[in-house]
Amino acid sequence: MSRLQVVSGKGGTGKTTVAAALALALATEGKRALLVEVEGRQGIAQLFETEALPYEERKIAVAPGGGEVYALAIDPELALLDYLQMFYKLGSAGRALKKLGAIDFATTIAPGVRDVLLTGKACEAVRRKDKSGRFTYDYVVMDAPPTGRITRFLNVNDEVAGLAKVGPIHNQAQAVMRVLKSRETAVHLVTLLEEMPVQETADGTAELRAARLPVGRVIVNMVRPAVLDAAELELARGTPRTALARSLSGAGLGGARRGGHAERLVDPLLAQAEEYAERYALEEEQRAVLTDLGLPLHELPLLAEGMDLAGLYELATELRKQGIA
Amino acid sequence: MSPSPDPAARHQEGARHLDPARVLDVDPLLEDPKTRIVVCCGAGGVGKTTTAAALGLRAAERGRKVVVLTIDPARRLAQSMGIDSLDNTPRRVKGVDDSAGGELHAMMLDMKRTFDEIVEVHADPDRAAAILGNPFYQSLSAGFAGTQEYMAMEKLGQLRARDDWDLIVVDTPPSRSALDFLDAPKRLGSFLDGKLIRVLLAPAKVGGRAGMKFLNVGMSMMTGVLGKVLGGQFLKDVQTFVAAMDSMFGGFRTRADATYKLLQAPGTAFLVVAVPERDALREAAYFVERLAAEDMPLAGLVLNRVHGSGAERLSAERALAAAENLEDSRIVDQDDGKAGVRNSPDTQGSSDSLEPTAHPSSESAPENPGTPESADPVDERSVDRLTAGLLRLHAERMHLLAREQRTRDRFTARHPEVAVTEVAALPGDVHDLAGLRDIGARLATRRPELPEPGA
Repeated sequence: MSRLQVVSGKGGTGKTTVAAALALALATEGKRALLVEVEGRQGIAQLFETEALPYEERKIAVAPGGGEVYALAIDPELALLDYLQMFYKLGSAGRALKKLGAIDFATTIAPGVRDVLLTGKACEAVRRKDKSGRFTYDYVVMDAPPTGRITRFLNVNDEVAGLAKVGPIHNQAQAVMRVLKSRETAVHLVTLLEEMPVQETADGTAELRAARLPVGRVIVNMVRPAVLDAAELELARGTPRTALARSLSGAGLGGARRGGHAERLVDPLLAQAEEYAERYALEEEQRAVLTDLGLPLHELPLLAEGMDLAGLYELATELRKQGIA
Repeated sequence: MSPSPDPAARHQEGARHLDPARVLDVDPLLEDPKTRIVVCCGAGGVGKTTTAAALGLRAAERGRKVVVLTIDPARRLAQSMGIDSLDNTPRRVKGVDDSAGGELHAMMLDMKRTFDEIVEVHADPDRAAAILGNPFYQSLSAGFAGTQEYMAMEKLGQLRARDDWDLIVVDTPPSRSALDFLDAPKRLGSFLDGKLIRVLLAPAKVGGRAGMKFLNVGMSMMTGVLGKVLGGQFLKDVQTFVAAMDSMFGGFRTRADATYKLLQAPGTAFLVVAVPERDALREAAYFVERLAAEDMPLAGLVLNRVHGSGAERLSAERALAAAENLEDSRIVDQDDGKAGVRNSPDTQGSSDSLEPTAHPSSESAPENPGTPESADPVDERSVDRLTAGLLRLHAERMHLLAREQRTRDRFTARHPEVAVTEVAALPGDVHDLAGLRDIGARLATRRPELPEPGA
């Protein structure tokens, strides 16, 4: 199992949720996982219903069996200042740089620097060992930028190669790339069974492969339960309305006569079945596209009660059941 | 409690959806000649692009000359509008009903090209070539954080300045957070026009200014550090780039400020787009607050993918209980699972002999004496199983409705002042003009169109 698990996905697919559930699942049975956020959205804090995360590793959850999940929201400005402090002992000059806008510049405008700092921090956590020589974290899970930007984000080497040809940023990029392109890393893509996210997943997979970044799994999120199968949908189209009305009436939902309560349920229920059938067909199409990618394909259910902390544990259990963690 | 799936009651139910909030009427907004810019913003994946395109089409078919600026449309949608080729100029969309005298133009933003064009327009050919060939410029223009946002606003400014259109509808970039869209232009503008650039160009000049004296001390060291961290060549590229850009611009900040003012102007209307899910509405609430803080005029909230039901009076609990009823009554002979659906002759036979007396169909059958269907060969067990499935489907729908309503109520409680329009969920994606027209009509109706019985 790769120790750095990167989770990407199109906006709205729930990649933060999946990343958090994955961290919980990996931490199960006494392991320690670090969940890393890189986009400053505080999505992890919202998910775990805690206050905003500082730039510091702190424990946010206990996994079943005594494992621990730590979380870290990486702030690129602070990461750069840390970094400068570590290598140059800048002291007050660091603050002056900040005042001048140089830090802001370097982390938000200067191409690639921000990404090197973010991925660099995550890779550092992957490699970090405690005094006894054990890895501090068994796993690091990164809630990464969306599929459309993931290859550029991870491929920091290319990004800074043309710009910073020498110097610490360059060296940092080299070190980061060694981890990212190794078996230590797996990049998972979260999607929904809808056209746009699936298309982005296919495009993202191709891009990652072209950049020789290790693509892990495709995780289909928020899969709605299969209530009716193809045969039943066909039957719905062929069954007389009166027969359905009788059946509804028999179930205790009122009269089956024309205008009776049960009879008046038939049309709306069939309309819903028709919508379901249309969606079912579209979803099957998208599933086929995903299958063609040749990656391990997993599905997580849509939680009926919406996403909350309990749901997160439910998804973690599901991930373990499917052998992802 | 008895079920009352009365059509009139259903309408009341539908109306109840919008009760607490104000209703956003998009037609007056689109038709008003004073409305010149509509900006659609919101979290990623909520249908911003589709909403922008649908609003543009609707306005055009109501007589206005419209251009839609999209950022990242789905391929098939772009193809259907004829804007799948990236040439960074608005193209007239074919197939639009122009009987009211309107036109629809559309374009997809090419941010690198937009940036290149700014350079080409404002610099003499030699200098332009130097800038376009600069590695720093190439990275900056090819999709660096903030550039897309900045270029979208730049393009908006350009389109507005041409004054060729009555109405410009803008889609906003899928930013990693709502902040970027408003902040990036300023940030890029202030960087390109700011202190750091002055330092890089002529450190002594800044150092001499009052209040910045302390910078004198370590100035050369600092550029040295920057050079060390980023690499000397990089810094040199930046300096060359800045030197080349510096003279030709009237100031990036001036342009960013102008765009910012344009967004605050009376002819501009912001629409926040969301779906009835927690994250999307949280982002929407944040956007509403941010727009207010920036004095940006908010027209309202577009809530996409709202679900309805034609049988809202039948609760999830009752539907599930009824489904269990149907399934339980057959437990004794149910050992074949779903295969039985296809196994009509066999199940027909066993259903006759094994169905307990309580089986409902035999009771309700006499209610329709003489109808042709009563002799239909479809067996009762399959029908009951199907009916149970339909009821479970309905229960699932009702749970979804309840969840959406809760999420929505939370938003409304926080922002009761925001007018809302709801768009009913469609089973599939929209990728043609007919689909956009349909969305436009749904945007303009005062409540979601529920699936029509028998439709």
